[in-house]
Amino acid sequence: MKRILTIFTKGLIIENPLLMLMIGLCSSVAVTSSVSNGIGMGLAMTFVITFAELVISLFRKLIPNDARIPIFIIVIAAFTTMVDLSMQAYFPALSKSMGVFIPLIVVNCIIMGRVEAFASKEKPLDAVIDALGMGLGYTWVLMGIAAVRELFGNGTILGLRIMPETYQPILFFILPPGGFMVFALFISFNLWLKKRVEAVSTVREAA
Amino acid sequence: MNLAKIFISALLIDNIVLMRFLALCPFIGMSTDVPKSVGMGLAVTFVTVLSTIVTWPLYHFVLIPLNLTFLKILVFILVIAALVQLVEFYLKKNAPGLYGSMGIYLALITTNCAILAVTFDNISKGFNLIESVVYAMGVALGFMLSLILLSGIRDRLKTAPIPKFLQGTPILFASTSLLAVAFMGFSGLIK
Repeated sequence: MKRILTIFTKGLIIENPLLMLMIGLCSSVAVTSSVSNGIGMGLAMTFVITFAELVISLFRKLIPNDARIPIFIIVIAAFTTMVDLSMQAYFPALSKSMGVFIPLIVVNCIIMGRVEAFASKEKPLDAVIDALGMGLGYTWVLMGIAAVRELFGNGTILGLRIMPETYQPILFFILPPGGFMVFALFISFNLWLKKRVEAVSTVREAA
Repeated sequence: MNLAKIFISALLIDNIVLMRFLALCPFIGMSTDVPKSVGMGLAVTFVTVLSTIVTWPLYHFVLIPLNLTFLKILVFILVIAALVQLVEFYLKKNAPGLYGSMGIYLALITTNCAILAVTFDNISKGFNLIESVVYAMGVALGFMLSLILLSGIRDRLKTAPIPKFLQGTPILFASTSLLAVAFMGFSGLIK
């Protein structure tokens, strides 16, 4: 049980794919101008990574080592196509506002990285837990960045007005430069968080 | 005239890195010095143009008549991966010097999202083949331009007094943010 918990939680802060490993960055800045986009992208990505890790972990003994990269890509592309088509059918507005970034989940290095480093070696259950942890770690960062940008850039969160009517939106946050700046602050915040978490766990181990 | 418009807008106004946030991983990872940025930029330009030349006819003359357009993600990524492999083999055999200087970047290009994005853009914007190639050139050179700019900034950052909470990666994104502000100035260039 404890092992499963460790696998799950490492994706959240200590090995957070976006803020610590610095992979899969593109979508994190691009789709976070509103919270609903952030959630949509986070869930789409979590879906793809979970099923890709599950399938590859199930077949890990059958996949020849030399041909593994193309096989991984085909599996990931198949699930991405499913997400892309379902989103176009059921959430046309969301799918339109995210545009090319849904198909680009295929080349999201987080998925490729986890499949290569984890799913191709571990048991299916562990792989799914790892995928959920990574997906959640990705989603919380996306939602966090999107919340800051939407709040200051538009005065709303999820379309609901939070700031008073007289609040003058700071356009900077919605525009591309604001995305980079908020992302920089999130990395800085996560470094601090990681230090705290590690300090707490060393104290616990000592006790 | 129209072609010039497409080129300038892909190069500066909709700069792939600074305005559309694509290809951020190589942008951060490969911008440590200027020669490296130029090498990466050239390799990306080459593969982007080549994959445009292959995917555009493939989509219009194979996938559309067969009603298989929903497979485009799968097909395009495989084309790009295969092309990168072919280019790698070809260079290794016929131009070992060039391969030595470009080799390591080539392998990384398959997962460069800018290339896949360009091939999708060509379809969704309804470009013809020549427009697509010009667009691909513009995007790829825009990538190279931003890479060179950031590597220049990184040189200066080595000796600059950086606030403690921004040290390391955060300052790179903060600088990128300022670069993006500068690039927003181009937005009025084409009406």
